[in-house]
Amino acid sequence: MTTESATVSENEPKPLLSPVALTHLQRLEAESIHIMREVVAESDNPVMLYSIGKDSAVMLHLAIKAFYPALPPFPLLHVDTGWKFREMIAFRDDIVAKLGLTLLTHTNPEGVAQGVGPFTHGSAVHTDIMKTQGLKQALDQHGFDVAFGGARRDEEKSRAKERIFSFRSAQHRWDPKQQRPELWRTYNARKQKGESIRVFPLSNWTELDIWQYIHLENIPLVPLYFAAERPVVERDGTLIMVDDDRMPLRPGEVPDQKMVRFRTLGCYPLTGAVESTAATLPDIIQEMLLTTTSERQGRVIDHDQAASMEKKKQEGYF
Amino acid sequence: MAHISDLIGTDIDAYLLQHQHKSLLRFITCGSVDDGKSTLIGRLLYDSKMIFEDQMAALEADSKRVGTQGGEIDFALLVDGLAAEREQGITIDVAYRFFSTDRRKFIVADTPGHEQYTRNMVTGASTADLAVILVDARKGILTQTRRHSFLVSLIGIRKVVLAVNKMDLVGFDQAIFDQIVSDYRAFAAQIGLDDVTAIPISGLRGDNIASRSEATPWFDGPVLIDHLETVPLDEARRQQGDLRLPVQWVNRPNLDFRGFTGQIASGVVRPGDVVRVLPSGKQSKVARIVTYDGDLDLAVAGQSVTLTLEDEIDCSRGDIIASGNPPEVADQFETTLIWMAEEPMLPGRSYWLKIGAKLVAATVTEPKYKINVNTLERLAAKSLTLNEIGVCNISLDQQIAFDPYKDNADTGGFILIDRMTNATIGAGLINFALRRSQNIHWQALDVNKTSRADLKGQRSAILWFTGLSGSGKSTIANLVEKQLFALGRHTTVLDGDNVRHGLNRDLGFTDADRVENIRRVAEVSKLMVEAGLITLVSFISPFRSERQMARDLVETSEFIEIFVDTPLAVAEERDVKGLYKKARSGALKNFTGIDSPYEAPITPEIHIVTTKMSPEQAADLIVERLRDRGLIKGGWHGPEI
Repeated sequence: MTTESATVSENEPKPLLSPVALTHLQRLEAESIHIMREVVAESDNPVMLYSIGKDSAVMLHLAIKAFYPALPPFPLLHVDTGWKFREMIAFRDDIVAKLGLTLLTHTNPEGVAQGVGPFTHGSAVHTDIMKTQGLKQALDQHGFDVAFGGARRDEEKSRAKERIFSFRSAQHRWDPKQQRPELWRTYNARKQKGESIRVFPLSNWTELDIWQYIHLENIPLVPLYFAAERPVVERDGTLIMVDDDRMPLRPGEVPDQKMVRFRTLGCYPLTGAVESTAATLPDIIQEMLLTTTSERQGRVIDHDQAASMEKKKQEGYF
Repeated sequence: MAHISDLIGTDIDAYLLQHQHKSLLRFITCGSVDDGKSTLIGRLLYDSKMIFEDQMAALEADSKRVGTQGGEIDFALLVDGLAAEREQGITIDVAYRFFSTDRRKFIVADTPGHEQYTRNMVTGASTADLAVILVDARKGILTQTRRHSFLVSLIGIRKVVLAVNKMDLVGFDQAIFDQIVSDYRAFAAQIGLDDVTAIPISGLRGDNIASRSEATPWFDGPVLIDHLETVPLDEARRQQGDLRLPVQWVNRPNLDFRGFTGQIASGVVRPGDVVRVLPSGKQSKVARIVTYDGDLDLAVAGQSVTLTLEDEIDCSRGDIIASGNPPEVADQFETTLIWMAEEPMLPGRSYWLKIGAKLVAATVTEPKYKINVNTLERLAAKSLTLNEIGVCNISLDQQIAFDPYKDNADTGGFILIDRMTNATIGAGLINFALRRSQNIHWQALDVNKTSRADLKGQRSAILWFTGLSGSGKSTIANLVEKQLFALGRHTTVLDGDNVRHGLNRDLGFTDADRVENIRRVAEVSKLMVEAGLITLVSFISPFRSERQMARDLVETSEFIEIFVDTPLAVAEERDVKGLYKKARSGALKNFTGIDSPYEAPITPEIHIVTTKMSPEQAADLIVERLRDRGLIKGGWHGPEI
């Protein structure tokens, strides 16, 4: 994003005749970049959690900007539950190769050995073992002391109260009552050995901000966000895409070809599609602005119990 | 989240174009527990259509189940995020809310009104351009209203909306509104808040929130959302200041590129501008403003940029790139501190201070006074406790570049960090530099520590004995000194009891006095090391922070921490001086191990477990370890060992 240009002065700095009005997206961008540089300056071994979704896409784009002309001085980490949409994995590998970045992937080996999956174990167990425990394993294994995550405060009520620099104990636990006060743009990134910090550079972005920014900056996205004919079955009021043959069909269930897209991406059996014809970004934004349900509604994990996110976060979920 | 704008349905591209140019206003809402703050925020979200149907359905269900509005929609439930809060019906922490209208995006810091959470209000206010102060029309200006307004003014917010809420409960009576507004203006003027916009509202019913209420025909001011949409932003003022770019990180992808990155705190910058790097004062010109989207001709306050300079000058994280009037440079300040930790502030203890991207060691003096935030009275104080605000001098271990806080929050505001727990324990505002810091210089001496130690044929060091009272510190230190003396070493001993008879006889045994006790001894030890002596210090020194502070005063190899480790039960059993007995009976207060904590060293250089060896064996072991460290080598008086 560029500011409006002005004539170049010779030597002595000149004051502005009229102020430059920064847009809300320019201010959000500047804040996120500031946060990322602060982490790189203060941490020993940072990593960026990359979940392949639209928020990760924006976070990655901001990282490219923050460190330009250098590449971001940290690897990306994808905690792969083994149940992501195939298109997500293909997109991930493509983008990492194009940008020349290092990608680490981790799948909880114990979960794999026990054959944990959403169909056999339910969403709660699957999410805990393959995501939460998998994430902790990966962070411990590589000794990462700071991990960037793409969570936003507008997503969920307990996120609204989380700091941008969110301190975690050596056991990865979040204690909402022991959060460090966060003043101005002065972040406290100090920690003891073994402790870590989760940092959320997109804290102050909303879903609309994310989409507008993707549109303005032409950020590449997984095609699943755009409407297309896909094979789906309807279960408990949710449209589930049959992404591979691991999905057991119930008696009488036949996948239908429907024009659908996804507002949020996770494990395919846990992510509901919406019927849509929105095939371009403006169409998607239009649809979102006219819609009447919040984006996480398509996620099965949030319905499992009241206050579920707060509890998961205390246990180490992102 | 349907915005009312018709363009969404008809011409989404035009809509997007319009919305890409929205500005951003950050504000804070402050009110007492029952002023209806959460209800107002819920109403703002609702009226700007930021609540989805599924959230609304959940809200309706929750309102019936646990609501406080007799089954009517309870907006407060929307914003009380944590399960703990919903159960207790309180708000325990600062939360951030988002909504947008066709003209602006808003970030609201929602902070609780209870007294014990001043910390949260200051935190929320630190990023806000405007404050909405809620008053219950039935109650008028309360102590809390004054406190919130004082904090808002202290943290530098210049624009205030006085939202007189619950007007429906006083029959929308103009006289009541006018009286509250006039009371408030009189008070606000005293604390420097003169940009006050008063609005009569009902958060519950929505009067004068998004649209003009028919119930207040006598009110001709703006309704709340209109005012928030049009109030001028602080960015104009920030851009007009002198350039301040706190350098965050130096970008060096290769030998040909050296970019200084940071978010511009104030002013503007263009290629060709003459800039100065502080604190060094070196001068150069801006070569380029580099971004991923191409070089810029101009960058302004609020943007995160990468500058390259025309000259190869020293500039690193923590420095400030400035133009116009340069920032001041000093290492001693008068500051206003807001204490945010359960543990009280201890004058003399060493804390980390982070200002911009700079981290330095700082010690705080006893407060000149603390401020009663309810009455604004100045009170005498020895220390600051949680949520107290006081004026203190601060001294740093090095010079920093800064501006007074009132001129620039980003280069004049700082946080204090505990060196042991790493918690953020306070926030501070620099008022001004103390002149004396510019007038005291280190005297450069031709005869130095090394030459003094060389003359004695030794290397100077501090042997710091720490342990409980009666652990055997002084006994062992005495034996070690005898051995060193016999080897021809030049030594001296600083003993806790002895020093308290002289240098420190004015100090008692409170935590604050214990910190000062150790600070003085550490400074004296440093002078002894400068004199070339092996200095044996025998002090309980119960706190890790102060032992760390003593360690930081000298070079790494010069500080040897010796933990004389005797279990409390054993020390108490010995009770050579009869002190434990007195402490147990209550005749002696603040006794380490009984009613005052002892923080054992985690990684001492030498660890003596007295239950496993005699004092003589301990002394032998220590001397042997000193030999291993090369401290007892050569020498003109003793034999080579």
